[in-house]
Amino acid sequence: MEYLLIIISAILVNNIVLAQFLGVCPFLGVSNKISTSVGMTGAVTFVMVLASIVTYLIYTYLLIPLGIGFMQTITYILVIASLVQLVEIILKKVSQALYQALGIFLPLITTNCAVLGVTLLVIKKHFNLLEGVVYSFATALGFGLALILLAGIREQLDMAEVPKGMKGAPISLLVAGILALAFMGFSGIVK
Amino acid sequence: MSNLKIFTKGFFKENPILVLLLGTCPTLATTSSAINGLGMGIATTFVLTSSNVAISLLAKFIPDKVRIPSYIVVIASFVTIVDLIMQAYVPDLYETLGIFIPLIVVNCIVLARAEAFASKNRLLPSLLDGAGMGLGFTMALGILGSIREILGNGSIFNYKLIKGDAILVFILAPGAFIALGYLIALINKIRKA
Repeated sequence: MEYLLIIISAILVNNIVLAQFLGVCPFLGVSNKISTSVGMTGAVTFVMVLASIVTYLIYTYLLIPLGIGFMQTITYILVIASLVQLVEIILKKVSQALYQALGIFLPLITTNCAVLGVTLLVIKKHFNLLEGVVYSFATALGFGLALILLAGIREQLDMAEVPKGMKGAPISLLVAGILALAFMGFSGIVK
Repeated sequence: MSNLKIFTKGFFKENPILVLLLGTCPTLATTSSAINGLGMGIATTFVLTSSNVAISLLAKFIPDKVRIPSYIVVIASFVTIVDLIMQAYVPDLYETLGIFIPLIVVNCIVLARAEAFASKNRLLPSLLDGAGMGLGFTMALGILGSIREILGNGSIFNYKLIKGDAILVFILAPGAFIALGYLIALINKIRKA
């Protein structure tokens, strides 16, 4: 039950993009097409879950015993950057098909603030390891949901007549705003 | 390019948020009031200026292949400094901005300026570039924060302008997207006219 609450809360109520504003850059950047959004979601899910496991272990068993909790930011960003690199190398060797699908998104993930944000939030919310994994997985799904929804709407918008000044980023932001408004409807589900 | 131009380009011509659309996450998240927006802007300006200075000095000694990780370490160090300073001196603001202070590390503007400008230029231009870009960022956050505070709370810098309720949605998540969308549309219109 507890895990179910974490999942619902992370996907719908506190959606990472629409309620917490993390990962807005890729949200606006790669949401032109549904297919690229799916690829990006896959890559983010992969890295996010791995990163939260690794950073959790480093924080609990290395930073805290040594009393250097303030090194959190520096360590985490290095862990995420090397993890992304590692995943890229492994994917290239193991599965060419998967590498073709996710490869181009991987370098972008290092600067995706959603990944660093989630690893910091796992510590801040005092989750244990399993809760952290569930939380980061659900958050990645929430990211994917928002991304794919926006991509679907933007594919339709291409055919609409948008005023000149509103083309591109402004209209995407307005659509995102309306999506966020819709997601506010979920806010009563979980306290 | 003259030094003055390097400093002022961040304000309008290459404003990181309104024109280049970099760093949208902190822009949306921290502009629920004018004060929060300005606080975030100043913290980012500090990191941007210091990392630009440090990187322009270090660029010659960093091998080309490991330059991006090295820049990130430099940036992360300054972010940690800001994080600790703010925790000590402005605990309230620190609480409100929350994880967005450590997240300055992944703000695209900082790395973009390090890679595109500071690594190729000398100390003084890099300092001016960092400060100009940072202040342009702060200005945009201040404007957006003010708009949202006036519309959503009927106040500015906590000073009440109207009595009673305002359009609450503007200080909530959807209002952030909508206000920024209209602001960028307006800037597009002015730039093209």
